[in-house]
Amino acid sequence: MDPVRTVAESQKAPVTTRRSFYVVAIYGLWGIISAALGLPALIYLFVPPRMRRQSEWVDAGDVTQLASNSPVEMTFRRNRVDGWKVTSEKSTAWVVKLPNNQVVAYAPQCTHLGCAYHWDQGKNEFICPCHNSLFSIEGKVLDGPAPRPLDRYQTRIDGKQLLVGPLQSSPGQTA
Amino acid sequence: MRQHWNRLNEWVDHRTGIPTAARKFLYEEIPASSGWHQVFGSVAVFLFLVQAFTGAMLAFNYAPTPGDAYNSLRYILTELTGGRLMRGLHHWGASMMIVVVVLHMIQVFLYGAYKKPRETTWMVGVVLLLLTLAYGLTGYLLPWDNRAYWGTVVTTKIAAQAPLLGPYLTRLLGGEGSIGVVTFARFFGLHVLLLPPATAMLIGVHIYLVRKHGVAPAPGDELVPAKKFYPEQVFKDTIAIFAAFAILFTMAVAARVPLEQLADPSDTSYIPRPEWYFLFLFQTLKLFSGPLEVVGAVVLPGLAVVALIMVPFIDRGQMIKVTRRTFAAGFVALAALGWTGLTAAAVITTPKEAREVAVDYSAPTDWMQLSPEEMAGVGYFRRENCVSCHAVGDGGSIGPDLAQTAIRRNAAWMIQHFKSPAGVRPGTSMPPIQLSDPQLNSLAAFLLKLNTDNAMALFNAPEFMVQGALVYQVNGCSDCHQVNGIGTQIGPNLNGLTRRRSRSWVQEHFLDPAKLSPGSIMPAYRLNQKDLENLTAYLFALPES
Repeated sequence: MDPVRTVAESQKAPVTTRRSFYVVAIYGLWGIISAALGLPALIYLFVPPRMRRQSEWVDAGDVTQLASNSPVEMTFRRNRVDGWKVTSEKSTAWVVKLPNNQVVAYAPQCTHLGCAYHWDQGKNEFICPCHNSLFSIEGKVLDGPAPRPLDRYQTRIDGKQLLVGPLQSSPGQTA
Repeated sequence: MRQHWNRLNEWVDHRTGIPTAARKFLYEEIPASSGWHQVFGSVAVFLFLVQAFTGAMLAFNYAPTPGDAYNSLRYILTELTGGRLMRGLHHWGASMMIVVVVLHMIQVFLYGAYKKPRETTWMVGVVLLLLTLAYGLTGYLLPWDNRAYWGTVVTTKIAAQAPLLGPYLTRLLGGEGSIGVVTFARFFGLHVLLLPPATAMLIGVHIYLVRKHGVAPAPGDELVPAKKFYPEQVFKDTIAIFAAFAILFTMAVAARVPLEQLADPSDTSYIPRPEWYFLFLFQTLKLFSGPLEVVGAVVLPGLAVVALIMVPFIDRGQMIKVTRRTFAAGFVALAALGWTGLTAAAVITTPKEAREVAVDYSAPTDWMQLSPEEMAGVGYFRRENCVSCHAVGDGGSIGPDLAQTAIRRNAAWMIQHFKSPAGVRPGTSMPPIQLSDPQLNSLAAFLLKLNTDNAMALFNAPEFMVQGALVYQVNGCSDCHQVNGIGTQIGPNLNGLTRRRSRSWVQEHFLDPAKLSPGSIMPAYRLNQKDLENLTAYLFALPES
């Protein structure tokens, strides 16, 4: 071994290890700081708010006079939680008494892009004016770009009154 | 792999020059004496970035108008995961930034690093200190709770005292007449639109100046070879930054930042206190009274700022070793002593009752002790579904916790508030309660009895009791009878009725008093069967004496 070289290396070695320690520490600590700030920020932005009691049942109106197979747009007020606000807003549903006496309430937006559709008494169809989606009285898609049947509200009959609940989680089997 | 990396690096460098600039920045030569005492500047810049980041995060879920500001902040704290942490980081980060900026200044002052040619670096630094304080002042209003509102009332009043400029400052801050939507918008605009770019720019200028003149050397540095900034000094800066961040994070997790009640301009009992770093100014103000107040409020702080800016021109001697700068050290010690004294005096003189609500030990502990009027209040409380917004005794909901707020109020305020919530408390999202005056009276009477200890017990009142009390109240029974010590003694006391009469007797008596107790002046009450049963059940459930 060359004695001169070993001396030079022994002097140099501690300097390089200390230097690489510095570099590793710098990257490591900044990594920890970024993670400690970044992860909570992602959680904060992406985790949905803790829900408040939202699923309430609202009285939509008297359904005893409802004729079979003749949809009626019923209006009611319900509270909607919108971020830090609870707003009481006017809401509607298309209510239908099906031939089997079952009462169904459809959410008033077309399942395509959310336009308001209406009932065409002559053609016996729900028609969405935006892109001509057609739905049957059972909510089935007959024509047009709508991807799924009309969304339904959960419903309950209390005496004469129709109570409307939250939207059914799955659009349900088309009756 | 490494070759690819090098080629990419070269490509970018050729097009942008950024890698070379970064290298130049990192491999800057610094005096041999540099070390741990110079970390504070980096920590301050880091904290500024944390503030900018957490501030933006809060802004994503914050509505900058009075009332909504409070509701949205509440939403951040109670509804969003990590919201409390974000606010904690932003709140404590502000305090920490003040501490670090002041430490940075003390270090520069002790070492005499402001001397020629670094006078402008120092002066820009003083402006940055003022900007940091301005953040504290403007950010204080943004939660729009009582603390924020009343603190800002004091701030704008002080600004109004400024000689000559006073009226203009007041107009600029929108504080004419009272603190309202305009003041809020101005403070918000300053806090998030004007101050951050101004700070970022001045930090840029500050760092540019440091680089231009180089880090201030100590005497003797000219004899020793210089060091490189990277990696040793960067390592030291990083350790300091990490330590600061660890403390900040711990505080944000462990120390709950208070959110008081929604700002209430009619709450004259509130005693405002500024943020801790302004307490010394607050106390200085108290040393002067009457026409001299302006001296403590504006003149003295103004002179102090001017003196601070002029430091490099007052002390123009040669650079000497830090250990021999006894005058500077003495001055810092004196200033620290003065600051500590004033702050301590301000803390000691803060009245305790300003925050703590005295528990009323005469309050009922059980629903049995409620008067019929209060019991009927429980009924209205249930009928109006108040609990859908208000918690009772366990905090955290849309509206304030009624068990904690009611004690601070009187009945007149409450009834006013029930009828027109927004009129009493601008910005509140509470709808008016549609009840008659006597009904509101009884609701208020009940709420006034609430405290955190008895809330649950009072709410457990069985429904028939509440219904019975409603019947009792509506028919004005207390005009002649007494229950739980409330009412007149024209008729017999109804506590203890169980011992005297049977249920059927009492029910029959309501329908035709004269038949069962001849000579009685009690009128007949044609109650329906349900009311009759509830009222009787109520009377029979009352404590016997």
